[in-house]
Amino acid sequence: MTSWLKNLMKKRIMWPVGALVVLILVNVLYRPSFLKITVLDGRFYGSLMDILRNSAPLMLVSLGMCLVIATRGIDLSVGSQMAISGAVALTIISHSPTPNSLATVLGAIGVGVLITLLFGIWNGFLVALLGIQPIIATLVLWLAGRGIALLITGGFITTINSAPYKTIAQGNVLGFPVEFLIGLAAIIVVVLLVRRTALGVLTEAIGINPAASRLAGVRSRGIIWSLYGLSGLLAGVAGILYSSNIMAADSNAAGNGIELDAILAVVLGGTSLAGGKFTLGGTVVGVFIIQTLASTVTFLGVPSANVSVFKAAVVIVVVVSQAPMVRNWFGRQFRSSKTASPTATPVAMERTAA
Amino acid sequence: MKKKFVTGVLMAGAMALVLSGCSSTSSTTTAGATTAAAGKVITVGFAQTGSESGWRAANTESMKTAFSEANGFKLVFNAADNKPEAQIAAVHSFINQKVDAIVIAAVVTTGWDDVLKEAQAAKIPVILEDRTIDADPSLYAAWFGDDFNKEGKTAGEWVVKTFGSTPTNMVVLEGTTGSSAATDRTTGFNAAIKGSGIVQLASQTGDFTRAGGKTVMEGFLQKYGKTIQLLFAQNDDMGLGAIDAIEAAGLKPGVDIKIVTIDATKDGMTALSVGKINYIVECQPLLGDQVAKTVKDVLAGKTVEKMQYGVDGAFDQAQALAALPTRKY
Repeated sequence: MTSWLKNLMKKRIMWPVGALVVLILVNVLYRPSFLKITVLDGRFYGSLMDILRNSAPLMLVSLGMCLVIATRGIDLSVGSQMAISGAVALTIISHSPTPNSLATVLGAIGVGVLITLLFGIWNGFLVALLGIQPIIATLVLWLAGRGIALLITGGFITTINSAPYKTIAQGNVLGFPVEFLIGLAAIIVVVLLVRRTALGVLTEAIGINPAASRLAGVRSRGIIWSLYGLSGLLAGVAGILYSSNIMAADSNAAGNGIELDAILAVVLGGTSLAGGKFTLGGTVVGVFIIQTLASTVTFLGVPSANVSVFKAAVVIVVVVSQAPMVRNWFGRQFRSSKTASPTATPVAMERTAA
Repeated sequence: MKKKFVTGVLMAGAMALVLSGCSSTSSTTTAGATTAAAGKVITVGFAQTGSESGWRAANTESMKTAFSEANGFKLVFNAADNKPEAQIAAVHSFINQKVDAIVIAAVVTTGWDDVLKEAQAAKIPVILEDRTIDADPSLYAAWFGDDFNKEGKTAGEWVVKTFGSTPTNMVVLEGTTGSSAATDRTTGFNAAIKGSGIVQLASQTGDFTRAGGKTVMEGFLQKYGKTIQLLFAQNDDMGLGAIDAIEAAGLKPGVDIKIVTIDATKDGMTALSVGKINYIVECQPLLGDQVAKTVKDVLAGKTVEKMQYGVDGAFDQAQALAALPTRKY
C-alpha cells in the first residue's frame, strides 16, 4: 500500500493531476451538480462537457508551446496568430456567395491555417536560422499579428452565417462536442508524432544541451524550425475554433493573452522553461486546470474584482507544491507517518479555500 | 566577432520591424496645416485611442465624416494604438503644427497636465471626446461623450417596467473590470432596479467580448439552469455570446430568458429584430457632428457647456426593425 502510494508520489504528473482533482472536488462540494452530465437533444450536457469543449483552443496552443519550450524557446505570437487565422477564414466566407457550402468552408479554413503555418515558419526562420532570441523573434508577430488581423477585418467584428463552419465548435458527434474531439485528435497526433518517432528524443536533446546535440549530429536547426511551424499551425486551428465558437472574427479579443495561459499550462504540467525534458501529458492536465479554474470562478460566484487574486492564489499553490524542496518535504512527512495517507490534497484545499 | 555583428544588424532589423509595426498605425494621415485665417479652413488635430473595437471604428468614421473638407475642416488624424505615450506625442505634434483645435479621445485618464498647458500657452483649444481625464477643467474647453450611468439606468427602467414587482431571477454579464463603462452601467442599473422584484443570482465579468459572454453564461446555466429569467449584458457582444450558450442549453433566448443589452451595434440590433434580445439601450458612437459643432462654437468664442452628453436612444423589437436598414455600424 505504502510503496504503491510512494511510487505514485514520485511520478511528476501526479502533482498537477492532484491539483486538478482538488479543484474539481471544491466545485463538487460546493454544488454536487457540477459532475452531473445529462443527455440533451442527443448530446452530453454538463459543466464537465463545457470544460472539455472550451479547453480545445488552449489545448492546441499549449501542445505547440510545450514543444517549443522544450527546445529552450518560447512562442509569444500564438494569440495574434489565432486572430489572423480567424480573420482570414471569416473574411473569405463572408465574401463568398456560398457560405454554406462545405468546399467554401474547407477552403477558407485551409487558407487561414496555411497563413499561420507560414507565420510559424517565419518565427522558426528568425530563431533557428538567424539565431534571434525566441522571445524577441516571436514578439515581432505578437505585436504585428493582431494589427494584421485588424487590417483584414477593417477594425470591425466580421460575422457569418455558415452551418458547416458552426459545426466545428458547436456541433456534436456521437454526443461529444466536435471541438473537444478536435482537441483530442490534436493530442493523439502530436503524441504519436513526438513519441513514436525520434522527434521527441531529439527535441529533448536540443533543449538539454544544444551544443552537444549538434556535435552528436542532431539537425537542430531543422527541428527547431519545424516546431515553430507546428506551433503556428496549431495556433491557426485554435483560431478557427475560437471564431467558430462565436461565429465571428473578433480580432481584438481572439487569443488575447492566450500565450501566457499556454506557458502557464506547460509549467503547471511540470515542464521546465529551461527546456529539455517535457511532458505532453502534464501539459494536457495543465490546460484542464486552467479551464476548470475559469469555470470554478463562475461556479463559486467569485466577484469580478477578485477573480485575478483567486486565480493567482490557486496558481501559486500549484506551482509551489511542485517545487523540488516542497515535494521532498512532503516525501519525508509521508515516510515518517505510517498510519494515515496525507497526500497533498488536504493541504492544497485549505490554502485554496483561504 | 563578425557573427556577432551580423546578429546585431538582424536584431536591429527586427526592432525596426516592431517599430514600424507601431508607427504604421500611429502615423498621421494628413501632414501640414493651413491656418484658419487663410481660406477659413479649420485645421483640427484628432488624437484617437486606436482601433480596439467596432464601436471605435464607427466613432473614427463619424469623426472623419464630420471633420471633412466639405464641412470646412482639415483633419489631422492620429490613432495611438492605445499607447498613452504615443498619444501625448501626437498632441505635441499637433501643437507644433499649429492646428486650430485639438480633439482627444484619451487612452488613459492621467498624465495630461503638461501637454494641455502647452496647448493652452499656444492658445489652441482642446475638446475631449468619449473619455474623461483627470486634469484641471480649465485646461480643456469641453468634454463630449456618452453617459454610461444613464445607459445602465435606462436598461434598468425597462426591466422594472417589464417585470415590476414580480420576483425575477437575473444574471449579469459585466464589462471589463475597472472600466468606467462597466462601473457606471452597473451603478445606473442597480439604482434603477432598486425596490423591484429583481433577484440578482450572479454577476461576473465577460470582458466585453463574445467569447467571454458565452463562457460565463454557460457557467451560469450549469449552475442555475432554467431558474434564470433575465440577463443583463453590459454590451451587445457579450449578449450575442450568451445567446449561443442559451441555445446550446436547449432554451430560447428572448423567450425563456429575457435579454437586455447596451450598445445597439448592427449585430445586436439584428438579434433584437428577430426577438433573441428584448431591449437594447444605445451607446452612440456617432459623435462626430456634435463634436464638430462644439469645435466651431469654441473657436467662434461662444461659451459652451463643459460636459456634454450624446443622445442615446433605446430600442425594442419594432424600433430595431425600423432602424436596421440605416444602421451603419
